[in-house]
Amino acid sequence: MNHVLKYIIFSLLLVWMTMVPVQSHAQDTVQPPKKEKFDAKSFIFGHTGDGYCFHITEIHEKPVCVWLPVIVKCKEGGSWHCFSSKHVCELKEGETFHHKGADFYISPINADKYPGKLVEVKADGSLSRPFDISFTKNAFGIFLVCAFLLAFFLPAARKYKKDPMAKPTKYQGLVEWLTYTVLDGIIRPNIPEKKVKKFAPYLLTVFFFIFFSNLFGLIPFFPFSANVTGNLSITIVLALLTYFFVNLFGNRHYWKDILWPDVPIFLKAFPLMPIIELISTITKPFALMVRLFANILAGHIVIMVLMALIFIIGGMYGAGMGGVMSVVSLFMTIFMMVLELLVAYIQAYVFTILSSLFIGMAQQEPEHE
Amino acid sequence: MDLFLPESGLVIWMLIAFLIVFFILAKKGWPMIMGAVEKRNAHISESLLAAEEANKALAGIEQQRQETMAAAQAEQIRIMKESQDLKAQLIEEAKVQARQEAEKIVTEARLKIEKEQAEAMANIKNEVIALSIDIAEKLLQRELDDKPSQTAYIEQLLNNNQPRIEA
Repeated sequence: MNHVLKYIIFSLLLVWMTMVPVQSHAQDTVQPPKKEKFDAKSFIFGHTGDGYCFHITEIHEKPVCVWLPVIVKCKEGGSWHCFSSKHVCELKEGETFHHKGADFYISPINADKYPGKLVEVKADGSLSRPFDISFTKNAFGIFLVCAFLLAFFLPAARKYKKDPMAKPTKYQGLVEWLTYTVLDGIIRPNIPEKKVKKFAPYLLTVFFFIFFSNLFGLIPFFPFSANVTGNLSITIVLALLTYFFVNLFGNRHYWKDILWPDVPIFLKAFPLMPIIELISTITKPFALMVRLFANILAGHIVIMVLMALIFIIGGMYGAGMGGVMSVVSLFMTIFMMVLELLVAYIQAYVFTILSSLFIGMAQQEPEHE
Repeated sequence: MDLFLPESGLVIWMLIAFLIVFFILAKKGWPMIMGAVEKRNAHISESLLAAEEANKALAGIEQQRQETMAAAQAEQIRIMKESQDLKAQLIEEAKVQARQEAEKIVTEARLKIEKEQAEAMANIKNEVIALSIDIAEKLLQRELDDKPSQTAYIEQLLNNNQPRIEA
């Protein structure tokens, strides 16, 4: 019985995995008009980047999307505009959407100026980018991950609060295991024991936010698939928070090491060393930001490139070669997906371990001789 | 490239969402989980220590019990041996006593028989004496009628039986 179930699940999984490239193509492609040359660049960057609507699939060439709200403030006049992205996403080329005295459209993904962004067309025909706090695909992804984190960890916390001595359920065991892998494997080795309670909440939240964002980004259908951690806007916030946690809570010893390090006097009186040290406080979180962003984005781009390859080869050598290429692409995509699963964990791990290392270094007490 | 510029709107959404989640989890999530787990860890290690101590105590009790058992067994053997000795002694004593009693009874009986025998002998003697006197009386009465011969016989008797009477 169990064996039969296992085989069914396994074969379903295989079928699902083979569906991945086909499905995502069906779902994601902003279908270029037929017989038009396949535009790999807009195909790839259209899906690794942000978007104003959440594309699910197409039925009879009509897109099925979740329309997300567009919220913008015009540079001129300073008027706020809030409307469904349906109005701007469904525009044909050359059309604009008129809302409360302003004209908007989404600049094409291969445009020189503001590609893929909402732009305002001024009366003289020139374009300007309004202040844009639209609830985009990535914003949706962020809120999804946040909601998941709350829904996953809070019930366990409530159970623990209610009866801390009770035998933990399986679900609590999972939460405990996840929490303590991070706590004992990443945080404790880097942060002085006394300060663990103070910094653990931030580091745990960061770890699970990145980890689940990465995983959700790999699931290629609706509420997931937003490339959250492969976006610089998100990693910059995470890196800034780490920067604040390092420097706001840094102790006197840490600041002394930056401003008056133990080097010959001519190196610090001139303030060469302090300047270098101050810059290094910024480069550390900057590296964190770029590392996470680049790794996740690269993974998504490689997967998209492998899929685009099917259509590029197909376009160059005909449908037959495209068919052969799709088999090759399929296996390479499966390989990439598995690799990305690993990367999802590794990047969350690296970000958290380096954050806790930097925070821990700012908490170090000088060694007394 | 556009990809490498942070988007202000998304930064704001991220900041809001992440900070909210962070504060909620920092207030209501992680401390509860960590606190409960640490509390339980402490409880478990305490319980283990207590169990070990209890085990030690139990081992002590077990040893004591075994010692008591051994002592009781030795006592039992001793008592049994003693009682067996006592039994043999009692039987011996009883035998001796019975023998003595029997001897006593036998002696008494013999004495009584002897006494009765003597009494019977005495009775017979008296009877014989009475009878002889009676016979003698009758004889005497008949003989005395014939005075001259009587006197001769008496004289003869007297002469013959002189030493006997003296005896």
